[in-house]
Amino acid sequence: MTELLHKTAAELGRLIAAREVSAVEVTQAHLDRIAEVEPKVNAFLHVDPETTLAQARAVDERIAGGERLGPLAGVPVAHKDVFTTTDMPTTAGSKILEGWRPPYDATVTSRLREAGLVILGKTNLDEFAMGSSTENSAYGPTRNPWDLSRIPGGSSGGSSAAVAAYEAPLSTGTDTGGSIRQPAAVTGIVGMKPTYGGSSRYGLIAFASSLDTPGPFARNVLDAALLHEAFSGHDVMDSTSIHAHMPPVVEAARQADIAGLRVGVVKEFGGEGYQPGVLARFHEAVELLESLGAKVVEVSCPSFGYALPAYYLIAPSECSSNLARFDAMRYGLRVGDDGTRSAEEVMSMTRAAGFGPEVKRRIMLGTYALSSGYYDAYYGQAQKVRTLISRDFDAAFHQVDVLVSPTTPTTAFPIGERADDPMAMYLADLCTIPTNLAGNAAISVPCGLADEDGLPVGLQIMAPVLGDDRCYRVGAAVEKALEDRWGGSLLTKAPALEGLGYQHG
Amino acid sequence: MSAITRDEVAHLARLSRLALADEELDHFAAQLDQIVAAVARVAEVAADDIPPSSHALPLTNVFRPDEVRPSLTPEQALSGAPAVEDDRFRVPRILGEEA
Amino acid sequence: MADTETLMPYDEALERFEPVLGLETHVELGTESKMFCGCPTEFGAPPNTHVCPVCLALPGSLPVANAEAIESTIRIGLALNCTIAEWCRFARKNYFYPDMPKNYQISQYDEPLCTDGYLDVVVDGQTVRIEIERVHLEEDTGKSTHVGGATGRIHGADYSIVDYNRAGIPLVEIVTKPIPGTDRLAPEVARAYVTELRELMRALGVSDVRMEEGSLRCDVNVSLMPRGASEWGTRTETKNVNSLRSVERAVRGEIERQAAILADGGRIIQETRHFHEDTGRTTSGRSKEEAQDYRYFPEPDLLPMAPDPEWVASLKAELPELPSVRRGRLQAEWGVSDLDMAAMHNADAIDLVEATVAAGAPAADARKWWMGELARRANEAGKPLAELPITPAEVARVTELVASGALNDKLARQVLEGVLAGEGSPDDVVAKRGLQVVNDEGELLAIIDKVLAENADAADKVRSGKVAAAGALVGGVMKASRGKADAARARELILEKLGVS
Repeated sequence: MTELLHKTAAELGRLIAAREVSAVEVTQAHLDRIAEVEPKVNAFLHVDPETTLAQARAVDERIAGGERLGPLAGVPVAHKDVFTTTDMPTTAGSKILEGWRPPYDATVTSRLREAGLVILGKTNLDEFAMGSSTENSAYGPTRNPWDLSRIPGGSSGGSSAAVAAYEAPLSTGTDTGGSIRQPAAVTGIVGMKPTYGGSSRYGLIAFASSLDTPGPFARNVLDAALLHEAFSGHDVMDSTSIHAHMPPVVEAARQADIAGLRVGVVKEFGGEGYQPGVLARFHEAVELLESLGAKVVEVSCPSFGYALPAYYLIAPSECSSNLARFDAMRYGLRVGDDGTRSAEEVMSMTRAAGFGPEVKRRIMLGTYALSSGYYDAYYGQAQKVRTLISRDFDAAFHQVDVLVSPTTPTTAFPIGERADDPMAMYLADLCTIPTNLAGNAAISVPCGLADEDGLPVGLQIMAPVLGDDRCYRVGAAVEKALEDRWGGSLLTKAPALEGLGYQHG
Repeated sequence: MSAITRDEVAHLARLSRLALADEELDHFAAQLDQIVAAVARVAEVAADDIPPSSHALPLTNVFRPDEVRPSLTPEQALSGAPAVEDDRFRVPRILGEEA
Repeated sequence: MADTETLMPYDEALERFEPVLGLETHVELGTESKMFCGCPTEFGAPPNTHVCPVCLALPGSLPVANAEAIESTIRIGLALNCTIAEWCRFARKNYFYPDMPKNYQISQYDEPLCTDGYLDVVVDGQTVRIEIERVHLEEDTGKSTHVGGATGRIHGADYSIVDYNRAGIPLVEIVTKPIPGTDRLAPEVARAYVTELRELMRALGVSDVRMEEGSLRCDVNVSLMPRGASEWGTRTETKNVNSLRSVERAVRGEIERQAAILADGGRIIQETRHFHEDTGRTTSGRSKEEAQDYRYFPEPDLLPMAPDPEWVASLKAELPELPSVRRGRLQAEWGVSDLDMAAMHNADAIDLVEATVAAGAPAADARKWWMGELARRANEAGKPLAELPITPAEVARVTELVASGALNDKLARQVLEGVLAGEGSPDDVVAKRGLQVVNDEGELLAIIDKVLAENADAADKVRSGKVAAAGALVGGVMKASRGKADAARARELILEKLGVS
């Protein structure tokens, strides 16, 4: 049933609803694919065919019983292992939560279930979503299906790789500084960061509360919009959830018309540090937008240059506090409790053993930035930068409808290359971070392959707060034009992974 | 901004409840020093009259009505606990103030 | 423990030093559900049955603030004459402790909901204005039980077991500004303040303020400065002060302890101390060799609060009669002196007297019984007046029996004794014990004849016009009737018989 693997989620949903194919068949095809390629890709931390097939069977029964479910009922989805799930362990990619079985489902999880999506398993990530390469997972790195020696982006690298490797048509991610858009860009798929508060954080293991945003991955813009619609919207369990109608994302993805749209090119994103192949594809995409009838202007956002340092103060500060709960008292790992040591010693030993180096680095950085005496100079000042960045966006969206930039300055870099150089790693999120600080919406769609390495390049489209539909409208227009030019999806140019893995007995 | 010393990292590790080995302290001191030097650039922004943003969006007043919702069962609550005694979480001896 | 410090007698300490007080009071609000989740707040449930992902701080859970708790806090602030913030935020107070699930407490830091108020208290006839610095909202912690070790306390325990039912219950913290100038009344002022605060909470209906269940807890700050000095001394913070009496004792004890140290040329260490109910002494708590750095920052999981000024104004307009106003009103209604009113207040008798009056008793009688016989009984039993096993309605019935002439005061006391001893209602006691004023004229006349015969000298004196001598004869009648006679009627009949009416 490998042809099922190449269908869009929208098409799978239609076929399942029409009972031309069962959810079980679709699920089984993807489980087979997972068994085949996982040994090479390592996108998943947890796959449990029995649990998954049971979900698929339940959906088939609901459909057989005449229940009208959403457009994605029966479609499999890979779920980032940072959302709690009652029927699968949830680890956030950390040793400190190894084997933890949450007694509750995240809101995103429950909405997936309610919409009849079938959760294939939990995907790998940088520990607690801290990283841009998925190398910071305690359970080993995920590999980029385009080149197994390279990173799939991060922190949602398992989710991006799973979709790019046809292990799943859809996946969930979370974007705190670019953790959906950057992996989408470097694996040649679509990744959307909704408006902050547009999708619920309840049950999402927190990295940086004021930035974390759940969002969808898919191989095309419409599928991403369908998944976005399935799990987003107001949630009373999340105080920061927006109480407003969800932007019409699916309609926008279908519309794909940008005639007369005003597009701003962010002047500050480009030049030194950007890979030539990335810039070349980006400039072509801008020309394409013009050819489709958009009016393109250059827009300056002078404070964006301070977004990265502000982010690396705000996110670690929040994480230093968010991760304090991992203390060996109520759940998770406990190390060194030999009956003589104090709670304080056991906490410290557990956290030292249970957290990886990047997590420790950020916890200490955040502790430092929040300390009395440093607060004003670091955290306080970073929050002012945040205000300035929002003002830059406000001014820009006064002039244009959307802003565009490369999603990330380079294509996927080799595994290990930046592993012990945090500053180099942090640059991967240069273009994505301003949107997290301001809370607005942004998407990454594939815009070609870089000439020098043949790896995917992403186009980032940024829209105002609650302008998520614009991201889909522009993204879908770009996708349509490029696929016409390429004669199909960019992913058709990716190497087939068949035969690389061994068959699970 | 002052550079981050090894002693300072040791202090941060203590505050963060991280029992770091000596070599980790050295390693982190060098890295944190580099990171702090880079992020200290936020100080360049003259922002005396700029209000800080603690939240992504300027929303206010989200409350819930004072209504009881179902709690977990003790079994669920204690299901992840490293140690349990008498339906309570058993924890190593606590130093410090008397509760 | 090694806290065998010498104390300086209170009077001497006050001759040499002036105390400055500060009080931080935590009040658990009586909301149905917790501060940030829907778990119930009810006291005394089996361990870990009132917990959920939020109050256990399970990964991924998020707080949502309880509207009722915020309203209650604003009402408390308004009752304390505070300014209500037009915009403020919750903040995280970061420190690790096993009974605090998130290892940060959601509290308020530099933006409390209510600021700059006051509460007037009356001590020794003098009104003392206690300035309120702030009123803010936070959440309670879980409860640890320490197991093993010699003392069963935290020191020397082998391990602890934690129940998180209390974790997340809304807690209002009310912080005073430093209170100078109370002089030797400092302990009484502290007590009067907490008493007044407790009554305020009751009047507002925001908390059941049961100190014994920990729903009102007090931290007492005390510093001393030499008389005439202008700079305040180093203060200590005494925690675990869980009764009104303890508030008073803790202040007194800390004054005596600090005075001894200072007089000896010593230095007060800024520290947390723990109050021990049994000894009335404090012992040193957490040593602050490393200054606490709570790394406060605005809580990103909760949005800022911006109470609508019109709504706040309506809350203010709807505040119930506050205790001090009520006391003024009742004092006028009852026609009692300042001193008597203060005595009732101090004895926690006002509610009881009011209820007794409401049950039909004249105010003077209600006050007489509660502040006299019943206060004496409570004192003997070592309990608060309100805990005596007698209701205001029962007291009102006793006053009614006296007013009708069925009982006299002496018999009434016996009735009260019977009720307190569990013999039933006043009427039951009267019936069972056969307590009835002798109002059978025949029986009374027979007793009078007997008494007149036995006291011929006195009878003659009365006959000859020395009416004052009748007192002894009435006394004789009362004695002979074992107190059951109606003394007034007996006197009338005696005078009549002796022809001097």
